[in-house]
Amino acid sequence: MSSDHSTYQPTSGVGKWIDSRLPLPRLVHDSFVSYPVPRNLNYAYTFGGILMVMLVVQILTGIVLAMHYAADTAIAFESVEKIMRDVNSGWLLRYMHANGASFFFVAVYLHIARGMYYGSYKAPREVLWILGVVILLLMMATAFMGYVLPWGQMSFWGATVITGFFTAFPGIGEPIQQLLLGGFAVDNPTLNRFFSLHYLLPFMIAGVVILHVWALHVTGQTNPTGVEVKTKTDTVPFTPYATVKDALAISIFLMVFAYFIFFMPNFLGHADNYIPADPLKTPAHIVPEWYFLPFYAILRAITFNIGPIDSKLGGVLAMFGSIAVLFVLPWLDTSKVRSAVYRPWYKLFFWIFVANAIFLGWLGAKPAEGAYTIMAQIGTLYYFGFFLVILPVLGLIETPKRLPNSITEAVLAKKGGSGGAATAAASSENRG
Amino acid sequence: MNKLLASIVPAAMALVIGAGYAFAASYPINKPHEVDWSFAGPFGTYDKGQLQRGLKIYVEACSACHSMDLVAFRTLEDLGYSEGQLKTLAANYEVEDGPNDEGEMFTRTAVLSDYFPSPFPNQEAAAYANNGAAPPDFSLLAKARYVERGFPQFVFDIFTGYNESGPNYIYSLLTGYQEPPAGVEVPEGTYYNPYFIAGPALAMAPPLSDGLVTYDDGTPETVEQYAKDVAAFMMWAAEPHMEERKQTGFMVIIFLAIFASLMFLTKKSVFASKEH
Repeated sequence: MSSDHSTYQPTSGVGKWIDSRLPLPRLVHDSFVSYPVPRNLNYAYTFGGILMVMLVVQILTGIVLAMHYAADTAIAFESVEKIMRDVNSGWLLRYMHANGASFFFVAVYLHIARGMYYGSYKAPREVLWILGVVILLLMMATAFMGYVLPWGQMSFWGATVITGFFTAFPGIGEPIQQLLLGGFAVDNPTLNRFFSLHYLLPFMIAGVVILHVWALHVTGQTNPTGVEVKTKTDTVPFTPYATVKDALAISIFLMVFAYFIFFMPNFLGHADNYIPADPLKTPAHIVPEWYFLPFYAILRAITFNIGPIDSKLGGVLAMFGSIAVLFVLPWLDTSKVRSAVYRPWYKLFFWIFVANAIFLGWLGAKPAEGAYTIMAQIGTLYYFGFFLVILPVLGLIETPKRLPNSITEAVLAKKGGSGGAATAAASSENRG
Repeated sequence: MNKLLASIVPAAMALVIGAGYAFAASYPINKPHEVDWSFAGPFGTYDKGQLQRGLKIYVEACSACHSMDLVAFRTLEDLGYSEGQLKTLAANYEVEDGPNDEGEMFTRTAVLSDYFPSPFPNQEAAAYANNGAAPPDFSLLAKARYVERGFPQFVFDIFTGYNESGPNYIYSLLTGYQEPPAGVEVPEGTYYNPYFIAGPALAMAPPLSDGLVTYDDGTPETVEQYAKDVAAFMMWAAEPHMEERKQTGFMVIIFLAIFASLMFLTKKSVFASKEH
């Protein structure tokens, strides 16, 4: 990571000896102690640290759970119940891990929303953003496979439905599905490979996270004004400023997490997953975990054929497309102004986008029929319209508010209370 | 949250048979009653007397059809029994063991480390003996049944800490058998119950009746009381570490609250000299 701000001064003889051979302490010091961050970061910028904690929580609880879990369709369900009943603190490990997945997604969606609101994906941070989308995809794959492991009814039927998506692709679809399943239907080979991949993917996530943080430290962080750091007065050292703020946000996030682990441990799951998987009995309603519901709504919104593409393939393409569009987001947004604080129209469309995503999530849990289908189609239209029409056009026609000349100016104007319209608007966003 | 949002979702990709979906949309006919459970809320604990009565009902009224595979006799110590009492209870059961040194399977008297033996050798036998519908295992039933609460109730449930959907459902089902209303045809071999989660009638005959099980602690011997007690027992069977969980959770929240307060004060003092 860039060394131009390196203030690391080894004092001991051992420290100097190490520093001239493998400057790992210098790297850590430069990345997490002296690393300069914008002085005006608000709490929306703490989710990176929160996500780091959640990844560690998931990996640690997951490794211990794997010591007690058996990936065999005959005993998987009972091995999970063994963890819940007989393993010391097994109930705690499992509830942490299951709710941890949900809270990982809560944090990642807020992290992504912050990136969209403040235009964090714009040049020169495109690679940083793309690496983030790769992490999101890996997280989704990991979460899906993890949900299959307890081998309950929703595990089995969720796996059947989701791997069934691939059959929509003509020709290559069925071979892909059979490769995923290790056979013609969800069975023991499926469970075994899902367990293997569920153990592998988090370490791939950790690897991409390193690249993500590396890219972040090359370009530096954005900030609520969207104005780049210009002078040293615009920044504060990571430690103690960002460290203590992250620590506060993490402890509050963990409190909410703990409330669910200890007092609502099954609220975010599905009751049917306490019924052992039965390939002969289809549950009345097969639904994915809550964090997949918006994408599920998009999948089911496509009920019509588009030329040679039938509705099934169309739905699958729309669903994959809803993630794929994020990869090209940096080039879809034509505005030179980063932060929504100075883009009144973008701000409006952004909040509609957020409301629409929640709306789609609600629809994902409703039957795909009648008015619900029409509402899901409207929601899907806005989802793609936001990226493919609104963002490119808005950048060309929108008149942004006046930007502050520097972060320091914005901060001081807010404190002095003498800012113009632009800085007054900024101040409401910069609290923290 | 999906279980809460997902009141009536048909499966994607034509996995759900149309009829199943059409029925699923409107059941149960009546919402479950909300019983005032001793184990509800952040400080709720099991009522041991109630669990003991519930166990008695399971043993005397339910266990002829319903298995409880995941509950071992040793774990019943949670209900307040001594080791000696449990050994006596276990001795009432025969379990299969083996093979012995001649390679033969044999039956022996159950001991504390054994689990409640199933009334049927397998699912098929259970279904065959029960009009085609195998009676579900009791171990997790209290967590495996959830009646949709709908919006916005499921949001309020987060704040009120509502986790008693399962026992409420079981209680309501057991007390909900009634004559079908005029004009409602109930298929032969099934019993009308507007609280049943998957249709207007179920294959299980009303399992409880007043005075069926004798209580020796003076508790009223009514269907309502039986239903409450067995539902509470089933909640324990499904979530035996609930009390430990809530107690640990209380300490964790207290710790995090203190830690967060200290972080808040530290943050304030760190930023005090810096406009941000």
